[in-house]
Amino acid sequence: MSEILVLVEHTDGDVKKVTLELLTKARALGAPSAVFIGSGFEKAKDKLAEYGAAKVYVAESAELTGYVVAPKAELLAKLVTDHEPAAVLVAATAEGKEVAGRLAVKTSSGVLTDAVDLNLVDGAFVAEQSIFGGSSIVHSAVTAGTPIIAMRPNATPPAPEAAAAERVDVEVTLTEAAKLARVVEKVVVPKGDRPELTEAAIVVSGGRGVGSAEKFSVIEALADQLGAAVGASRAAVDSGWYPHQSQVGQTGKTVSPQLYVACGISGAIQHRAGMQTSKTIVAVNKDAEAPIFELVDYGVVGDLFAVVPQATEEIAKRK
Amino acid sequence: MKIVVLVKQVPDTAADKRLDPDTLAVDRGAVDGLINEMDEFAIEEALQLVEKHGGEVTVVSMGPEDANDAYKKALQMGADKAVFLTDPALAGSDALATSLALAKVLGTLEYDLVILGSEASDARTSLVPALLAERLGLPQLSFASKVEIEGAAIKINRLTDYGHDVVEAALPAVVSVVEKINEPRYPSFKGIMAAKKKPVDTLDAAGVGIDAAEVGWAGSRTKVLDATVAPPRAKGTIVSDEGNGGVELVEFLASKKFV
Ligand SMILES: Cc1cc2nc3c(=O)[nH]c(=O)nc-3n(C[C@H](O)[C@H](O)[C@H](O)COP(=O)(O)OP(=O)(O)OC[C@H]3O[C@@H](n4cnc5c(N)ncnc54)[C@H](O)[C@@H]3O)c2cc1C
Repeated sequence: MSEILVLVEHTDGDVKKVTLELLTKARALGAPSAVFIGSGFEKAKDKLAEYGAAKVYVAESAELTGYVVAPKAELLAKLVTDHEPAAVLVAATAEGKEVAGRLAVKTSSGVLTDAVDLNLVDGAFVAEQSIFGGSSIVHSAVTAGTPIIAMRPNATPPAPEAAAAERVDVEVTLTEAAKLARVVEKVVVPKGDRPELTEAAIVVSGGRGVGSAEKFSVIEALADQLGAAVGASRAAVDSGWYPHQSQVGQTGKTVSPQLYVACGISGAIQHRAGMQTSKTIVAVNKDAEAPIFELVDYGVVGDLFAVVPQATEEIAKRK
Repeated sequence: MKIVVLVKQVPDTAADKRLDPDTLAVDRGAVDGLINEMDEFAIEEALQLVEKHGGEVTVVSMGPEDANDAYKKALQMGADKAVFLTDPALAGSDALATSLALAKVLGTLEYDLVILGSEASDARTSLVPALLAERLGLPQLSFASKVEIEGAAIKINRLTDYGHDVVEAALPAVVSVVEKINEPRYPSFKGIMAAKKKPVDTLDAAGVGIDAAEVGWAGSRTKVLDATVAPPRAKGTIVSDEGNGGVELVEFLASKKFV
């Protein structure tokens, strides 16, 4: 079976769920080899094996992560040249897409981003993309080079199937061009125990209607009862109530959970762009005219400070 | 300091966008075009940098012949001049082909800094800044929420999944900005009048040395096979909270097995 490279997303060896989704997808289309860049492979190994990586190309050199994106693309380009895989899969995160793009230039290949599904049709990789906020569905193919596909998180249910995860060390001598944008400081915002926004099955978001950073505890309490991630509108983020990594929307994260609960969010077009492919949408807003109600499966017109705590309590009662 | 800002004209975000059934590209004729909102933040950043460090701002745009609202808006906000690349051969260009064409235009210009918005609201790939950096062999400073320049050095905050990275590079560089970076100005009446007299250099593909086989439908390395309009969402239930809204909400969640 033909080899498919899967770029691993991880934090010091903590493998992200999207990588397990990509491995699951790659198994259906070929033989997945994971590409692990950075430190922490020993920690990652079991997970990668569990989800079917036959081989793992490991590149641990600190140089690879000390510069913005370019070194990762260089390493992948080397692997593509040396091993001629059938396709390269990356997660459609901000950085994943950038790696994919640079790799495409280096290998004169086509790149497709934000795929929600990927299939082999007559030997060609065909990606499904949901565009214009889910109002159109397109199928696209790469017509030259090695297909490079960036897949959205939450698109494939991850399923384990054990493989060896045999370690193959790779080294690359970076060109000067890969070392132009130096990361001099990493500022990590502590993220707590809640599920990751793009990976969560349920997301509860708060907007300007929440009113302050302290009052986000009302949103968090509901999220915790539901085992959900917490999201925020730009208005809430720009007011400093919630960190920008939680922003849902055009310039924030795109989420596609089973359930999205919008509290005190009007539903501006830029917010919708990040959440309207959610399976079930619920909103609480005191303004019956708020555009968010055009999207919902269930909406409550009312004060979120009455409705949300009552819902939180009711869920607790039913447990 | 010479700054080039790249801007794109896109279909109005508020309008219903669709793909042209014949070409399977964004149907630009169907809705009004206007400047990609994120690009206004790029222009604003360029104007502020020039106000601080001196220099000039050139706006570059690529698109169909009548797509001139985007660069006009940039001129009205205060950019000094515009370069407009338009050629039927460019129609259908994917992100890779677009970046190739833009790199060619940049090859004809002198600059210390290239600034873009981090995403266009129509295709939403966010690829072009990284592609341009790759093609031009320049530092990629994307998703910037803050830009500082000192002499020939540039430092940005790059927003990431975990917070942000502080990234340094030497000029020239390619920067893409997020909407957190500034508050774009509105063009003043004076600005609107002045824009009418600002130079606009209209170029075609051959004029900047673009090989027509490498752009447009011919040069793109991806192809849309088919497009279908998704069925609209079914209309939901909307209730008013009469004191029991939270409980009713949970009933709904329970009916969907979320509780
Ligand atoms: C380039 C660009 C990119 C953008 N990207 C994004 C993005 O990624 N994500 C994003 O979200 N926005 C984005 N925006 C901003 C977007 O246009 C809106 O301004 C923003 O989404 C509004 O946030 P909001 O709904 O929280 O606030 P508002 O629009 O002010 O809505 C607040 C809502 O809360 C309701 N409310 C108030 N009090 C209560 C209460 N006690 N109980 C119940 N309801 C209450 C009000 O009725 C109102 O509907 C972007 C804008 C631009 C220009």
